[in-house]
Amino acid sequence: MNRQQTLFSKDELDRIDAEYRDWEGNEVARFLERSPERRDTFRTGAGLDVKRTYTPVDTPETPWDDIGLPGRYPFTRGPYPTMHRGRPWTMRQIAGFGMAADTNRRFHYLMAQGQTGLSVDFDMPTLMGYDSDHPMSEGEVGREGVAIDTLADMEALFDRIDLEKISVSMTINPSAWILFAMYIAVAEKNGFDQAKLSGTIQNDILKEYMAQKEWIYPVRPSLRIVRDCITYGAQHLPRYNPLNISGYHISEAGAVATQEVAYTMASTIQYVQEAVDAGVDVDDFAPRLSFFFVSQADFFEEIAKFRAARRVYAKIMAERFGAKKPESCRLRFHAQTAAATLTKPQPKVNIVRTAFQAMSAVLGGAQSLHTNGLDEAYSIPTEEAMKIALRTQQVIAHETGAADVVDGIGGSWYVENLTTRIEEEVWKILDEVEEMGGTIQCIDDGYFQRGIADSAYDYAIRKASGDRPVIGVNCYVEEGGDPEVEVHPHDPETERNQIAHLQRVRDGRDESQVQQLLEELRNTAEDESKNLMPVTIKLVKAGASMGDIVETLRELWGTYRETPVI
Amino acid sequence: MAENAAKSAQGAGENIRVLLAKVGLDGHDRGVKVVARALRDAGMDVVYSGLHRTPEEVVAAAVQEDVDVLGVSILSGAHMTVFPRVMKALDEHDAEDIIVAGGGVIPDDDVARLTEMGVQKILLQDTPPDEIVNAFRQLVAERGPR
Repeated sequence: MNRQQTLFSKDELDRIDAEYRDWEGNEVARFLERSPERRDTFRTGAGLDVKRTYTPVDTPETPWDDIGLPGRYPFTRGPYPTMHRGRPWTMRQIAGFGMAADTNRRFHYLMAQGQTGLSVDFDMPTLMGYDSDHPMSEGEVGREGVAIDTLADMEALFDRIDLEKISVSMTINPSAWILFAMYIAVAEKNGFDQAKLSGTIQNDILKEYMAQKEWIYPVRPSLRIVRDCITYGAQHLPRYNPLNISGYHISEAGAVATQEVAYTMASTIQYVQEAVDAGVDVDDFAPRLSFFFVSQADFFEEIAKFRAARRVYAKIMAERFGAKKPESCRLRFHAQTAAATLTKPQPKVNIVRTAFQAMSAVLGGAQSLHTNGLDEAYSIPTEEAMKIALRTQQVIAHETGAADVVDGIGGSWYVENLTTRIEEEVWKILDEVEEMGGTIQCIDDGYFQRGIADSAYDYAIRKASGDRPVIGVNCYVEEGGDPEVEVHPHDPETERNQIAHLQRVRDGRDESQVQQLLEELRNTAEDESKNLMPVTIKLVKAGASMGDIVETLRELWGTYRETPVI
Repeated sequence: MAENAAKSAQGAGENIRVLLAKVGLDGHDRGVKVVARALRDAGMDVVYSGLHRTPEEVVAAAVQEDVDVLGVSILSGAHMTVFPRVMKALDEHDAEDIIVAGGGVIPDDDVARLTEMGVQKILLQDTPPDEIVNAFRQLVAERGPR
């Protein structure tokens, strides 16, 4: 098909354009005299102009081949040909708190409610690679997520869960490779076939430096760890996603939609380059790359964002990296509704916000989805809040008909126009990154951090002025303070119990074996060409704690310290 | 809005020195950066600690920088661990004249407990930037000159 083929002929476009102008001069002009519009200009969340309405004249730059069909390059309309008609997206509510057994109980509850995938939230010490008894861990153990120190915790976390049947996503980054090793060890111990394990570790360290700010080591050795997970996964776990490149946190830290996609793609380019440089064929690992985006409040822009992300990714993989397999160019993503939009006042309104955000993710072609709990501006969600969030997804999947058609909103002149404009903005930012010396250089220079902080400040100012309405916060405010909300309780005993448990594991292990393996770890780390995964798996099996492993490498590699950008 | 805040703060804000700090493992820095810009636009001298500091480190920095206000931002839920250590460290430095303010996601019951402990102001999520500026100015005005 001709790459330049457009959807309408020049004559047709001219005729439509003439009619549009005529309409503006007549109907619109007369109407505006009687009743002006609410504001002089309308903009999307990312600041793109919004016209009064859209026609085919607004999409002539988009050739049919850029839109195309689902499951076919450039995958604008979806990564698969049948999408949610085959099977709805995976309903994957994240959970994690307390000790492993507490979270395991929540998993079984969620599965009983019809949840189809698991997702684990870890506490801050686990996320940052500290053992529960490290001084930095004080007050944080089991609070924002589940505490994992050793393989024994991981076994308790997945007790009575069939890891060949259910996919498990783990939101973990600088310490991801250790959790990956523990996951593999648990599966092996329970008799599951590595080749049948499906699931995801986030492992996206670059967006940590940009936005989420969970790190251990400097950028270079951290990237080497990511590379080792990718190459180990490519060899041993063909159905596992060893890297989930994430825009979610970039958005939550303040970025707008165009920045979210562009920064995520800047990371993608770096990771793919690392693996290619390590000698792996791009088509051997690219099909296992997966993505994670927010679904924000701006309904149409979000749908367009997901479509634009798929198109940009496809072009990067095919044109820049020469990927041959269609699966290498096919962007698959998990979406989560936007936690930062949740309000403390009138918290039940959060159910409605979340439902619209979830709908944009579904219309945008998400492969899996987490809907936030209504109480998350207060604390981590209660069981009841999670149930309503899950039911919201079930309503969309089974009652609205949105899952019965692929890319049902594709062909909307507005959404096609927005998709193309977002794509253009993303290329612009990527060019800028390239000119400034690439992704790592831009992290060092604080380029992404500054972009995010600028957008966050702009949003705060617009929210404060009322330019950006937030129901219950800057309009429709109710007097009398926030309602009493049942919040998830934090058990003060958790920290003590977890530390005692860790101590028992330490007492029971063969210390000389652990020390010998830590020495092997150090030697492996010193040789850049070697993979850290095999020795890490041996270490966790021998009862080494996360802290043992992390601290050994910290002696070698040092710690990352950010130059803060305000 | 930023301009308004800056204008109304002329004179009143320019001598106020602030250290904004992130303590512990919590990496949520969106809010603290917005606050930093708002205070700076209002004419205050703002130092930001960066992430992952200990309570003792930020108090030492606050004393060294001779700030009027130490603002600690925390969204991880560990505030009941962090603030007592901040207050204790201030006490050890004989620096009780440094005003302590807190910000982040903090349940109402804990706000009351922190206030009792001597944290003079808690600014929760969704507080507009100009309100934060005014709160800081008021805290310093109430304390009076040192």
